[in-house]
Amino acid sequence: MKRGMIDFWVGIFAAAGAAALLFLAVQVSSQSTLPASQSYELVANFENIGGLKIRAPVKSAGVVVGRVSSIELDPQRYVARVRLAVESRYQFSTDSSAEILTSGLLGEQYIGLTPGADDKMLKAGDTFKITSSAIVLEQLISRFLFSKAEGGDKNTTPEAGKELK
Amino acid sequence: MADFLVRFFSRLGAPFARSLVKLGFACRFFVALLRHSPTSFLRFNLTMREIWFAGVLSVLIIVVSGLFVGMVLALQGYETLVRFGASSSLGVLVALSLVRELGPVVGALLFASRAGSAITAEIGLMKATEQLAAMELMAVNPVARVVAPRFWGGVISMPLLAAMFSAMGILGGYLVGVPLLGLDEGSFWSQMQSAVDFRLDVMNGVIKSAFFGVAVSLIAVFEGYDAPPTAEGVSGATTRTVVTSALVILALDFVLTAFMFRGV
Repeated sequence: MKRGMIDFWVGIFAAAGAAALLFLAVQVSSQSTLPASQSYELVANFENIGGLKIRAPVKSAGVVVGRVSSIELDPQRYVARVRLAVESRYQFSTDSSAEILTSGLLGEQYIGLTPGADDKMLKAGDTFKITSSAIVLEQLISRFLFSKAEGGDKNTTPEAGKELK
Repeated sequence: MADFLVRFFSRLGAPFARSLVKLGFACRFFVALLRHSPTSFLRFNLTMREIWFAGVLSVLIIVVSGLFVGMVLALQGYETLVRFGASSSLGVLVALSLVRELGPVVGALLFASRAGSAITAEIGLMKATEQLAAMELMAVNPVARVVAPRFWGGVISMPLLAAMFSAMGILGGYLVGVPLLGLDEGSFWSQMQSAVDFRLDVMNGVIKSAFFGVAVSLIAVFEGYDAPPTAEGVSGATTRTVVTSALVILALDFVLTAFMFRGV
């Protein structure tokens, strides 16, 4: 094989390898961890985080605005301290609330931010005042069963019967 | 009794000492290789020929195997996922398993058997026909002229081949998932994109394949250089290249995976 042909094919080979990497970068994956310069950190304390994981999305109105960067237990108050890396271009007012939601019935858990009406915005390192914990399915079911048992048969069974019809 | 013990321990000690000597020789060979590496970059057309030999000629087997591996992954994964009603996560399954594991590992195994064995046979035969000795007589260092370009050609080719393997596998998974099994195209790609992280998954796969490239190329050139200069010796060295490379790739993969993906 002549020198020129070798150069040509090696060039094609390198270009194909670069194209494969580009395909993996653009079409297959996404950059979910933001560089520190483009994000700021907020803290939210939850009584129970359920199955929330590091790198879970933080959404506001369904739009991803950041990621969970760390989860730890506060040893004084025994609550979960969750740090969120939020994109710098999104600002939230100081009375915003954070809650742990589930996408679908069995989907992954994420943090939903509901904006408040205050003029002042949360700065880096600030804590959300209002949070609501993850819904744990077992607790929900046991609470429902207890309320059912306390309520007696009078109120519940006729309605249940109606629904069945 | 004592005589038996002496013989038993000599039997045990001899192969151990031999493999230790070989390992030491391999390390010194690697150092010499690194010392003579600048030549293969100053005279890059030497390395260029080896990239053509090891990389370009391996493209076909890598691309075709990648396509089939991706297609099988999609078929098998669909069977399992559809039971849990999670068939839209098929893209995630195919992409993560290819980018993290199968691309680098199967790519390196194919590379070892396609290019590694050829490199060993070539260098071994050069030694058997005393071409290496002739070079030394002409004051040309065979490590700089023959070994180093082959090593660097393999090291450069391996990550590119692994990326091609992963990309073709994902395309194969797409071909089976979307047109054949009738999954939704949008959710196939978008779930894949949200689950696969570029730095954590794709780049770690590339780093893995670079490690495998160094390991396979070093084993291939070393076994060729160390081969007994006979027909039997060269054939034995070629076999050892493939076997040792496969074992080293799988063991190295475990170590790298333990460092990269632990606690994520």
